[in-house]
Amino acid sequence: MMNYSYHSVTLDEKLCKGCTNCIKRCPTQAIRVREGKARIISERCTDCGECIRVCPHRAKRAIFDSFDRLGDFAHTVALPAPALYGQFNNLSDIDYVLTGLLDMGFDEIFEVSKCAELISDATRKLMKAGKLKTPVISSACPVIARMISVRFPDLIENVLPLISPMHSAAKLAKARAHERTGIAEDQIGVFFISPCPAKVTDSKNPIGTERSYIDGVLSISDIYPRLLERMNKISSPKVAAESGIIGVSWANSGGEASALIREQYLAADGMENVMAVLSQLEDERLTGLDFIELNACPGGCVGGVLTVENPFVAKARIQKLRKYLPVSLNHVGEEDELAAFSWDRPLEYAGVMKLSDDIGDAMRMMTEIDELTGKLPDLDCGSCGAPSCRTHAEDVVTGQAKLNDCIFILREQMGAAGGVE
Amino acid sequence: MTEKVTKRYEVSGADFTHAGEASGKVKALLKQIGYSPDAIRRVAIAMYEGEINMVIHANGGYVLAEIYPDRIDILLEDTGPGIADIGLAMQEGYSTAPDEVRSLGFGAGMGLANMKRYTDAMRIESEIGVGTKVYITVKS
Repeated sequence: MMNYSYHSVTLDEKLCKGCTNCIKRCPTQAIRVREGKARIISERCTDCGECIRVCPHRAKRAIFDSFDRLGDFAHTVALPAPALYGQFNNLSDIDYVLTGLLDMGFDEIFEVSKCAELISDATRKLMKAGKLKTPVISSACPVIARMISVRFPDLIENVLPLISPMHSAAKLAKARAHERTGIAEDQIGVFFISPCPAKVTDSKNPIGTERSYIDGVLSISDIYPRLLERMNKISSPKVAAESGIIGVSWANSGGEASALIREQYLAADGMENVMAVLSQLEDERLTGLDFIELNACPGGCVGGVLTVENPFVAKARIQKLRKYLPVSLNHVGEEDELAAFSWDRPLEYAGVMKLSDDIGDAMRMMTEIDELTGKLPDLDCGSCGAPSCRTHAEDVVTGQAKLNDCIFILREQMGAAGGVE
Repeated sequence: MTEKVTKRYEVSGADFTHAGEASGKVKALLKQIGYSPDAIRRVAIAMYEGEINMVIHANGGYVLAEIYPDRIDILLEDTGPGIADIGLAMQEGYSTAPDEVRSLGFGAGMGLANMKRYTDAMRIESEIGVGTKVYITVKS
């Protein structure tokens, strides 16, 4: 789909030992160990971060921008993800986080949770007007939207056609900063502070919109020490948060869904659970639901691989922080305002699992794959570099691997040649 | 030569938790072969309904799927009690499913009706005390 050559999730070849942990865990079978290194098949990768989570050698990592990039702009705006608020022990007020960001060097703050509230309001209005195909599937987690475009074409029409809180916030932040300062938009740097690599990729290859207004993405874990140091020095906060319970709750799985104030919703998190739900939705086996919130990371955005705190601890902190907040401080007005958040580019099916564009060829290949699979040991050991015997057979038939990359086949061949008992 | 991929799956009647696995496997194959998303969805739903029927009513059986470039033919065969009145069984809302199955959300009497709705052709052969064969076809 789209121009999708950029990925935040990458391999550091020096650190990779070629073990089989990541190939087994990848939900789109996008990783193969070739020549001793776990290489990513770009068009299948959804940047979910499972490989980063599971790699014992820290060889899978996310690329994000350096804090020094703030120097490239005359004026900078920080866009904190709600998940950031769950990272601090004994935090009583979000205003301290926002003030800390200003003290670090940002010129102004635009909370992503403000736009989360607007998206929640827009979703409520669209659903009430019966304008969305149900069950509506949330589009805020970019991994989910990409997963649907790669593996679940039938569900594309159910995906909420509203740009994510991150992209909406960037658009509004840039316009607001320009209005306030008169500085040209290209001299205003808008930086999202991200819990995950998928948002880094999404900032460059946006879902649902042609143009991304994000100039850089910083990692929560990268700026954390610097931010904490500043926060510890604050005597009284300089700014006040402009969002309420609804916006902040988007950090946790179920936050977006519960904000719709409807009962028939489902919220699932973690790739394995998400895949199970998508599969059942595809077969129309989940009935009586009108909203499905899915998050790739366990616990929701607080479980992103670029966060600092354990997701369950972060979730508990968010719950505590919500306590004295108003319900919601941001609302969309009339119909014309809704349009500002609508997709201007639909999600498209990227049939990357297809063996061939020609059905006849694909069938011949399938027959070959079946035959080869029968010859393989059915151990899914991963020694050949593919996650299963079946995927190895696919790789052989599509010319990506040799049959005797399988050590059992190799042993048989050598035995036949008199080499090995 | 006409290309054909044939798959056979046993459907266990003893273990309800495995019901639906065969249709999941066929779905993955059809995605690789390049069937249209709409055809894949219809196959998945119809085959799933058939599998569930075999588990609920017939203590299992087997599914034979023949995949061609232009269509998929699926035979679901069991050695269950047979269907006394096929016309009645096809009616929406008619069900003989036991209560324990209904408590799981199945047995709404939509199984055969859905299979008919989602497929391009469907035929049922059934003999009391011998078993039931359901043939369905979906165009790619």
